[in-house]
Amino acid sequence: MMRKLTLAAFAALSLSAGPVLAADPGAVEDFSFPHEGPFGKYDPLQLQRGLQVYTEVCAACHGLQYVPLRTLADPGGPQLPEDQVRAFAGQFEIFDPEIDDFRPRAVTDHFPESGLDNAPDLSLMAKARAGFHGPYGSGINQLFRGIGGPEYIASILTGYTEDEKEEAGEFYYANTAFPDGWIAMAPPLFEGQLEYADGTPATERQMAKDVSAFLMWAAEPKMMARKQAGLNAVIFLTVLSVLLYLTNKRLWAGVKGRKQG
Amino acid sequence: MSGIPHDHYEPKSAAEKWLHRRLPIVALLYDTLMIPTPRNLNWMWIWGIVLAFCLVLQIATGVVLAMHYTPHADMAFASVEHIMRNVNGGHMLRYIHQNGAMLFFAAVYLHIFRGLYYGSYKAPREITWIIGMLIYLLMMATAFMGYVLPWGQMSFWGATVITGLFGAIPGIGDALQTWLLGGPAVENPTLNRFFSLHYLLPLVIAALVIVHVWAFHTTGNGNPTGVEVRRDSKEVAEKDTLPFWPYFVIKDLFALAVVLLVFAAIVGFMPNYLGHPDNYIEADALVTPSHIVPEWYFLPFYAILRAFTADVWVVQLTQFVTFGIVDAKFFGVLAMFGAIAVMALAPWLDTSSVRSGRYRPMFKWWFWLLAVDFMVLMWVGAMPAEGIYTWISLIASAYWFAYFLILLPLLGVIEKPLPLPATIEEDFKAKYPDEPAVDTAGTPAE
Repeated sequence: MMRKLTLAAFAALSLSAGPVLAADPGAVEDFSFPHEGPFGKYDPLQLQRGLQVYTEVCAACHGLQYVPLRTLADPGGPQLPEDQVRAFAGQFEIFDPEIDDFRPRAVTDHFPESGLDNAPDLSLMAKARAGFHGPYGSGINQLFRGIGGPEYIASILTGYTEDEKEEAGEFYYANTAFPDGWIAMAPPLFEGQLEYADGTPATERQMAKDVSAFLMWAAEPKMMARKQAGLNAVIFLTVLSVLLYLTNKRLWAGVKGRKQG
Repeated sequence: MSGIPHDHYEPKSAAEKWLHRRLPIVALLYDTLMIPTPRNLNWMWIWGIVLAFCLVLQIATGVVLAMHYTPHADMAFASVEHIMRNVNGGHMLRYIHQNGAMLFFAAVYLHIFRGLYYGSYKAPREITWIIGMLIYLLMMATAFMGYVLPWGQMSFWGATVITGLFGAIPGIGDALQTWLLGGPAVENPTLNRFFSLHYLLPLVIAALVIVHVWAFHTTGNGNPTGVEVRRDSKEVAEKDTLPFWPYFVIKDLFALAVVLLVFAAIVGFMPNYLGHPDNYIEADALVTPSHIVPEWYFLPFYAILRAFTADVWVVQLTQFVTFGIVDAKFFGVLAMFGAIAVMALAPWLDTSSVRSGRYRPMFKWWFWLLAVDFMVLMWVGAMPAEGIYTWISLIASAYWFAYFLILLPLLGVIEKPLPLPATIEEDFKAKYPDEPAVDTAGTPAE
């Protein structure tokens, strides 16, 4: 089996990797998010709303197995108060082999895994679907517009056209953003489905954006720290470059003499 | 260490003399740091320092990453997420290591093309060149195995495809591939041995770097004119050279700071820019990605691998002549490794008596075409192998071989080189005609 797969992969690769690529990649809308750009920051309120959408809608089938619950309180994230994080964690159960029984999750545990076999884990989805700004995610504009993952997710969530079809006993739903146009996930969001704690009107578009921003955070929880470190490094290296440039110029002046022109 | 006459370290105090008689390590450091260096080196001679920095950076970040990483097929992916989320500064370490590999390759390509343009590979620097090529091959092996470690989809399928190359070798191929993988397919044993080798090879690279530096410190650096430093006496040599410290150390550090400025911006603001999104999906032997592409730095040679398909006449002819032993798949593998082999043979393929491309009016054009060719191969390597792309990759691959096997030998015979400057001093004076300030230490430039 594996040998065949290997050969198939090699053949697919060396001869034509085309057919799947040639399929309609789907239309991804460039939603704008506050965390985009070198100075962009996550909006904690948006992440909290996204967490609410995730918990009340997505979590029914999907999981976030790599995300530790305690990080909900971390700076640069949804920044839930610690008691809320504890309460939030406690509503999910986990099997504990030490007591050989189920117990409520602690903040040190992770989010539950996917409950459905064909519902992928969403921990890294915002980075695994990053390829929309330019070919294979190579567009330089992602510096300013983000990597395109949350845009893809929001486009999927708002891309349903109400068409559906049945194939071999499975239902598929028409979606303008999904590659090939048919997705197995039923439309998950509808207006007024939930009531936001902060009073923001829960339109389909609003919920799609919020949960996409939340999933970006879930995939890249240290983005704020990273951008800050990047900015510090850029500033430091700029100053260092100028100083070294002047040092170098003065050092070589003794050899080169005054430069012509 | 250097063949160029210069001041040597003289132990002065009793302690220095004591140490020097037993271990002349200070002398070694002194001679290395004060090595006479051609004063006309331009900004293309800075990539060596960038590369040395990259090696140290990769080893330093890699050692710490290895402390938190778990080389097991069931845990590797999760352990990388552990590094990204729980380890202090882990996300920065990993992004620096990942993008550091790319900086390493960007620098090595610029370094190699510098050598190709200025004829750095020519006698007496063939050994330096060959060692450099070995380092480059080891870098590719190290980077490839490192890319497998996160155990994402591209890791897994990249490993499957690349080890499949060895399976294409007639006769022993299957057995060799199984031996490399530690089993019939990419599995836990593969991950384990790749981790082990990924940790080992950088140290081999470090050792070869020392030999590389030793070799060109013996022959002396090349320089943009290709004219050798005069060695009649220390006084004459000093007209052509300056000591490495402080002149080139400061110059190189300035260049390094600028390069790192760009690097920091990429790591800080778009660390996944050059990576493949699919590698954030855990490896799955049952789901083949729709489009398997290697990292960008492998693309030119990947394009050459794919260029020679069964309907190319050269391939068909080879297959016929070798009674089918060399089929299209094996031909592609030979072409890919051959592309690097012909580059390694450049010192013996180039027949021109002039080193520097600056004085070779015809060579210049073909060289720049090679540089463009390299970029075209990189681009077409990322495209699906179909339609017009197969033609582009075939033509671009053919030019790569033609450059080394036909143009380099031929140009040396038919080309009439421009007059060379008599000395490095003359070249330098032509660029900086003003008399320098007498006091080189105290007076400001302006």
